[in-house]
Amino acid sequence: MEKRELTCICCPRGCMITVVTDGKNIGEVNGYTCRKGKEYAEKEVISPVRTVTSTVRILGGERPLTSVKTKTGIPKDRILACMQQINGIVAEAPVRIGDVLLEDVAGTGVPIVATKAVRPL
Amino acid sequence: MTIETYSVVVIGGGPAGLAAAIAARKAGILDVLILERDREPGGILNQCIHNGFGLHTFQEELTGPEYADRFIVQARELGVACELNTMVMGISRERVVTAMNREKGMFRVQAGAVILAMGCRERARGALNIPGYRPAGIFSAGTAQRLVNMEGYLPGREVVILGSGDIGLIMARRMTLEGARVKVVAERMPYCGGLKRNMVQCLEDYGIPLKLCHTVVDIQGRERLEGVILAQVDEKGRPIPGTEEAYTCDTLLLSVGLIPENELSLEMGVELDRVTSGPVVDENLETNIPGVFACGNVLHVHDLVDYVSEEAGRAGKNAAVFVTGRPAEGERRQIPLTAGQGVRYTVPQRICVERTEPCVKIRFRVDAVFQDSYISVYRNGERIMHRRKAVMAPGEMEEVILPGAMLEACTGSERIAIKIEKE
Ligand SMILES: Cc1cc2nc3c(=O)[nH]c(=O)nc-3n(C[C@H](O)[C@H](O)[C@H](O)COP(=O)(O)OP(=O)(O)OC[C@H]3O[C@@H](n4cnc5c(N)ncnc54)[C@H](O)[C@@H]3O)c2cc1C
Ligand code: SF4
Repeated sequence: MEKRELTCICCPRGCMITVVTDGKNIGEVNGYTCRKGKEYAEKEVISPVRTVTSTVRILGGERPLTSVKTKTGIPKDRILACMQQINGIVAEAPVRIGDVLLEDVAGTGVPIVATKAVRPL
Repeated sequence: MTIETYSVVVIGGGPAGLAAAIAARKAGILDVLILERDREPGGILNQCIHNGFGLHTFQEELTGPEYADRFIVQARELGVACELNTMVMGISRERVVTAMNREKGMFRVQAGAVILAMGCRERARGALNIPGYRPAGIFSAGTAQRLVNMEGYLPGREVVILGSGDIGLIMARRMTLEGARVKVVAERMPYCGGLKRNMVQCLEDYGIPLKLCHTVVDIQGRERLEGVILAQVDEKGRPIPGTEEAYTCDTLLLSVGLIPENELSLEMGVELDRVTSGPVVDENLETNIPGVFACGNVLHVHDLVDYVSEEAGRAGKNAAVFVTGRPAEGERRQIPLTAGQGVRYTVPQRICVERTEPCVKIRFRVDAVFQDSYISVYRNGERIMHRRKAVMAPGEMEEVILPGAMLEACTGSERIAIKIEKE
């Protein structure tokens, strides 16, 4: 078991968390302020995930783009594949916050959802 | 010119303005008006499409537009009036707001209380001392953010970023994801200007190097940017000869900090703090002009929107108290709060002797990186608070809460100071 130092990225407070791990199992976790941080640290040392945010083209809307996110984190090594698929999406206005614009991004099982409403022109 | 009246008028419809208006409304004020120059409310959050907002307010991680939407919906449901595409031109000491938009032309509003929530803008490149020509391809990080996230336009393919403020870090990741190559982030100071989490998830995740104690000493290219020269700097910030390194790039992003937008405040005679560039306020977030309050980035630059919303909520509530009739004015007795050794500034800068809230929340920033140090509060030279903190950095805002008991029996002749001490 080794001790790893991480900066929690779940919120801007950026707590320093230490995790004891052998890469498969988790030992002691210290330094987190809230539950989210503990979960993050445990996941980060075994299989790190990230939420990806970007934009998607909108046709017939009052603005040319909506912003989007992966509904939950996706494995770090799928980020580039995810971006490629996001860049291929074109949606039509109206778009509401939470609308699913792609069911399963890059084989992760995670949907791409809109984070900004776009009204039709 | 027509003149309308509103009990509370909020200048700016970003997260600060929205939260202040909502709080004033919830405190019982029926007529609250927001004046916003943009075509939509939400302020800077509209271009901050990344996630990480509001975890502590909503127990979920939201993107900027989603966070803003929560407040926009609430303001609408509460019947807060909002004039968009409306530029505020001036405010008088008697709280008459002069504004302009297409439909009404120039108009005036008499406000019972005014809440300043104009946010901040990026430091101009003119303020930087970079020699050479000024070719195309040099942007402020916030301008680049707007171009990429709102217009869908990628400003360049090979990027160098000067300054490690949060916008620069966020844009390093954003442009990488859009297919650009971000070669390096150079920071003049010996520490990162942005949040640690952004250093991790925007730079380390993508293998983008951060060069501390480095700056741009030359810009190459006449029409379009072709490259920059970086050099290491000494403790005084002077470039060290022989450390120059050339980088080819077509884009240079400047992320060298934000300054509160206080032209309106200054013109109306609001006293400004030389360090924060924002108004000097008391614990009610009231400026030197009675009935004029300030919150959000116009007051001091925040990195956490949750803090902005919380602070703005207090400003809104106190504005409501002012409108509904505060005990007779008279001379306001106030205790000055000083930023002692290691502390760059405090907000508030003053505490009223006749307080309305039991405790006083003080936010401040340190002026260097401190490890294993103490935040100490002194009253007339006597230490009344002493709290250990493992790490403090200028990039992260700190907070102390003074319980009412510590301020008991104050007359206004006291002095309160916050210092950072080794023991
Ligand atoms: C790039 C970036 C990334 C960030 N990332 C995070 C993050 O990950 N997590 C987090 O919690 N926080 C983050 N923040 C911080 C947070 O977004 C800001 O602190 C917050 O937006 C400040 O709110 P505000 O209302 O004070 O200012 P603003 O959002 O700037 O709003 C001010 C409003 O006032 C209007 N206005 C100004 N002058 C006038 C006038 N004369 N007349 C009419 N209207 C006027 C403007 O148009 C604007 O809409 C980030 C900030 C930036 C810039
Ligand atoms: S542990 Fe909790 S408080 Fe600390 S950074 Fe992570 S999410 Fe934020």
